Amino acid sequence: MAWNEPGGGNNKPKDPWGGGGDQQGPPDLDEALKKLQEKLGGIFGGGGGGSGGSNMPGLSGAMLVVLVTGALLVWAFMGFYQVDQQERAVVLRFGKYLETVQPGLEWNPAFIDEVIKVNTTKVRSASFREIMLTQDENIVEVNLSVQYIIDDSEKFVLRVRDPERSLQHATQSALRHVVGGTDMDLVLTEGRAQIAIEVQQRLQDYLDVYETGIRVSKVNVDDSQPPSQVQAAFDDVIKAREDEERVKNEAQAYANGIIPEARGQAQRQFEEAGAYKEQVLAQAEGEASRFNKLLAEYEKAPEVTRERLYLDALQVVYSNANKVMVDVEGGNNMMYLPLDKLAEKSSSSGAGAVRVDSSNIRELTNAVTEQLRRDAAASGSRSRGAR
Amino acid sequence: MSGRNVSIILFFVVALFIANNSLYIMKETERGVLLRFGEVVNPDISPGLHFKVPFVNNVRKFDGRILTVDAQPERFLTQEKKAVIVDSYAKFRVADTTKFYTATNGEESRAMGLLAQRINNGLRNQMGVRTIQEVVSGERDQLMTDLTIELNKMAQEELGVVVVDVRVKQIDLPPDVSESVYQRMNAEREKEAREHRSQGQELAEGIRAAADREVTVLKANAYREAELVRGEGDAEATRVYADAFNQDREFYAFTRSLRAYQDAFQGSGDIMLIQPDSDFFKYLKDPTGGK
Repeated sequence: MAWNEPGGGNNKPKDPWGGGGDQQGPPDLDEALKKLQEKLGGIFGGGGGGSGGSNMPGLSGAMLVVLVTGALLVWAFMGFYQVDQQERAVVLRFGKYLETVQPGLEWNPAFIDEVIKVNTTKVRSASFREIMLTQDENIVEVNLSVQYIIDDSEKFVLRVRDPERSLQHATQSALRHVVGGTDMDLVLTEGRAQIAIEVQQRLQDYLDVYETGIRVSKVNVDDSQPPSQVQAAFDDVIKAREDEERVKNEAQAYANGIIPEARGQAQRQFEEAGAYKEQVLAQAEGEASRFNKLLAEYEKAPEVTRERLYLDALQVVYSNANKVMVDVEGGNNMMYLPLDKLAEKSSSSGAGAVRVDSSNIRELTNAVTEQLRRDAAASGSRSRGAR
Repeated sequence: MSGRNVSIILFFVVALFIANNSLYIMKETERGVLLRFGEVVNPDISPGLHFKVPFVNNVRKFDGRILTVDAQPERFLTQEKKAVIVDSYAKFRVADTTKFYTATNGEESRAMGLLAQRINNGLRNQMGVRTIQEVVSGERDQLMTDLTIELNKMAQEELGVVVVDVRVKQIDLPPDVSESVYQRMNAEREKEAREHRSQGQELAEGIRAAADREVTVLKANAYREAELVRGEGDAEATRVYADAFNQDREFYAFTRSLRAYQDAFQGSGDIMLIQPDSDFFKYLKDPTGGK
């Protein structure tokens, strides 16, 4: 092979292959081969040594034809290649751009054409993690991923050195530009989607200017967060928000607890008042009708009824109380009343269980004298009334 | 016979040598100049297969694609004398091959070095007249456009390259400044957290107070209503009593007094000193009742 190549190269100036499917090619080639064969026949014959060289000149010529034809076949075979459905192939002829080949089985002359295959449908992805300044001079950390495909394989292969590094640079620049124009709060929260859109537009603009042939299909802000140095403070704000809600809820719970209770108490108070009203009214009506009934009977026989009522009442009064009958006229006579003994007796008799001390006795004496006075007055008036 | 063979082999070797030295390929991605004894005769060789005369002609090839200069991060001062670290890159392409060859001897790295220096100079100038705010957010595009134009003037004239774009990748604060930014951010967050907490307290206190107030008002209203109802009851009862008792006041007083006596002397602890001259006892001493 190595020896055949230069041979082919030597034929090149006359070679029709360089010019594509030239019709004059094959006869020229045959002639050249024949000449070569003639010349080489001699060499090989001579080179073969004294034994068979001169004896079989026809054999060495045939061998040469076989060799050259084989080499040509191999070369022709090498020109075949297939382009996958996912790929496009950029073909350069002697370094000059010739065409971009669609999927299928293709043939281009080997060593003359250079075929560069590029996958144009595969979605590639690149991730970035950057710490940067925001508009309000805060620092945020943004994770960004870019999904892209190679849209224009010719540009991708020919126009830029290292297009993917260009993508990297352009993404960094675009991301920082957009974030630099956004406030931190927005970057960290609802502004992410907008940032992704703006970065995508900007990135695509840059890439178009750089003629990378890359089409950005999707930019995604995966995550944006404050840097680790301030993460705790940011978390604390979230906690504070929760605390705020919690305290509010607790207060609301307190309010919800006491207001219905108070309403219930108010209801109770109101009901109690209503009950009181009903009660006093009923009492009043009861007493009034009792009085009315009594009065009706009393009016039929006033004297005797009054007498009876009086006696009934006093009977009850006297039968309940301890009595000391003082059947003495006037207050001149000295009379000894062992009140303490009486009291003792009354208390030991059960009911009152009053502890007798000096003040109690004084009260008792007062009550007794009062009672005496009243009784005297009552008896006076009664006797007067009776008369 | 063998002499002829040798001459044929020689012929091949020489032909090979000549072909190797006279044929050359310019790739689509390359630009090149053709020199004749060091003088530029073809400033822009088109892509494809070309022929040159060995030893006479010389070819210098350069990368014709868009190339990247990635400058080192540099520290600059902004208008308000704040330090920032700026990392930039530039995209350029060889435009004038002759100029490029003469200016840099066709060495890419030299061109890049020169460009990087110029970019940093340009950035320094542009930064110096802008505040950090403008640099970071507002005027980035303007800054870049200015820089590209300025750089292009020089690059095209002196280096034979076209600067397609200059971009700032990174504008960062120096580490010590970053530290104080972090502290400020912490303080801001703390402020916000405090605000949330105290706002929560404020609202909670308000809710509690409102609830307490409502309870008090509820109770007071209930008391008012209750007293009103009680008063109504009392008034009604009083009216009923009065209506009944007004029929015979004296008898009312009599019956009421009797009941009061009964109630007053209910306990058995009472001691009564009685003179038997009351009406109750009028038959006690005298069966005729004193008549």
